[in-house]
Amino acid sequence: MNYEKLLNRTVQEIPPSGIRKFFDIVSTMKDAISLGVGEPDFVTPWNICESAIYSIEQGQTHYSSNWGDLNLRREISDYLHARCGIDYNPNNEIIVTVGASEGIDLALRTMLEPGDEVLIPDPSYVSYSPCVHLSGGVPVGIPTSADHGFKLLPEQLKACITPRTKALILPYPNNPTGGIMERADLEALAEVLKDTDILVISDEIYSELTYGGRKHVSFASIPGMFERTVTLNGFSKAFAMTGWRMGYACAPAPIARLMCKIHQFTILCAPVQGQAAAAEALRAGREDNYASVEKMRKVYDQRRRIMLDGFAKMGLPCFEPLGAFYVFPNIAGLNMKSDEFCEKLLREQKVATVPGTAFGASGEGYIRCSYATATDKIIEALRRIELFVRRQRGE
Amino acid sequence: MALTQEEIRVLDLLYQDARITPERAAVMLGMTEQAVTEAIRHLEEERVIVGYPALINWDKTPIEKVKAVIEVKVTPQRDRGFDAIAERIYRFDEVTAVYLMSGAYDLMLEVQAATMRTLASFVSQKLATIDGVMSTATHFVLKKYKFEGVILEENHTDNRLAVSP
Repeated sequence: MNYEKLLNRTVQEIPPSGIRKFFDIVSTMKDAISLGVGEPDFVTPWNICESAIYSIEQGQTHYSSNWGDLNLRREISDYLHARCGIDYNPNNEIIVTVGASEGIDLALRTMLEPGDEVLIPDPSYVSYSPCVHLSGGVPVGIPTSADHGFKLLPEQLKACITPRTKALILPYPNNPTGGIMERADLEALAEVLKDTDILVISDEIYSELTYGGRKHVSFASIPGMFERTVTLNGFSKAFAMTGWRMGYACAPAPIARLMCKIHQFTILCAPVQGQAAAAEALRAGREDNYASVEKMRKVYDQRRRIMLDGFAKMGLPCFEPLGAFYVFPNIAGLNMKSDEFCEKLLREQKVATVPGTAFGASGEGYIRCSYATATDKIIEALRRIELFVRRQRGE
Repeated sequence: MALTQEEIRVLDLLYQDARITPERAAVMLGMTEQAVTEAIRHLEEERVIVGYPALINWDKTPIEKVKAVIEVKVTPQRDRGFDAIAERIYRFDEVTAVYLMSGAYDLMLEVQAATMRTLASFVSQKLATIDGVMSTATHFVLKKYKFEGVILEENHTDNRLAVSP
């Protein structure tokens, strides 16, 4: 059969992932250290796991509401009120999704008509562009840079708006750069958006992981922005629950209703065991003021400082990230492309990192190093990277 | 005594890893090396930090140790309450920990010796004969699973995908 002719053109034309190659090389190596992992190294706290086991023992093996279990939606509503200062109605504004990833797809499919443009800060998480294509839209990257902390600037946003602009994706705290947007930064964007009909998808999956005394600010909490915003979040990063695939999408009722329509016909409902676990994560957090989140955040912060110190000592410029769990040092001074640097580093020193270009063209010259890895491994990895960098400089 | 926020953060770090160097601690906490050293000195001086023993899983060594937990009922003394009798007890080398408890008994001891016989004789000859000790109940430890927050036999393997977005 001529599959190329038979199968969907858009899907065929989505370029392969920029990290696949590194994954393949690492898999053949012994004693490689990976700074290439985009998920917490902590295992899910036991109270959360235990409540999923209990739900199975209790025979909770049936579908939940399409929107998700109401008890969980109430917990999410309370959580967002307490931690992010936004109020979503648990009855018709919150959908429990299969990871925040599903939320990206739901939001885009609900918003886009063929040819609609979606603005995406570049570099950003790998899913946005392909999902925009799959929804018939056109992704438009807005280059961000270390000089401005990888923030999206209002004048840049303004310059990229065309009559076809339908939506803006706001992925902060950002993977891969670790950049965050503070209240004043968001207010400046709101000023640009307020006289437009541009919708916003605010992916806040790293909202609990901010450092240096900064608190995450939700875009929907900025005056006047609630009506146009879909807020995406989930349990993966804050509660070390990546494999559970538990997320949620929140939006004003008219948007949420359409998103839930797609969710209903494609997913039906998120897995109920994960929902039981997620409800426990929020319940326990409410009771002990998110002690387990705080404990992990503190350890990430210590490792973040070790990373920054390490790159400073080897003379690689690195902007101080205040969110997520990545540092994004600049390697352009070594006269190598990001991809070449990462492959050579992996082959010669057995340290896996991810080239910035995997996250967009503006990632050229940068590499993403995750500090969601045991502290002693980070220290050893930095030692090896330093050796490598010195060798490249001919020292 | 009042501790500063910085001292509490140093404590927190040393509780994870007592061997950490002041240089490394300074990086991890965003403090100067001198401030870390000064904080540690102060914490030791105030006996907030009272020692740096390693957590050892003795079961993995050829060294024989018998451990027991002993519940002790005592008659408290006028003026000194339980303190005087606790002191009489904690001075013995066999006693590794002493707690004053609420509930059915008064003191809980953790004791340790090379053999069961030494431990038995400590209880019958020394402990039970102290003035004010009314009764004892000894529970021998058969196996230790978790100690000071550390699971002893856990083999934590990283089974995440080596590279992920």
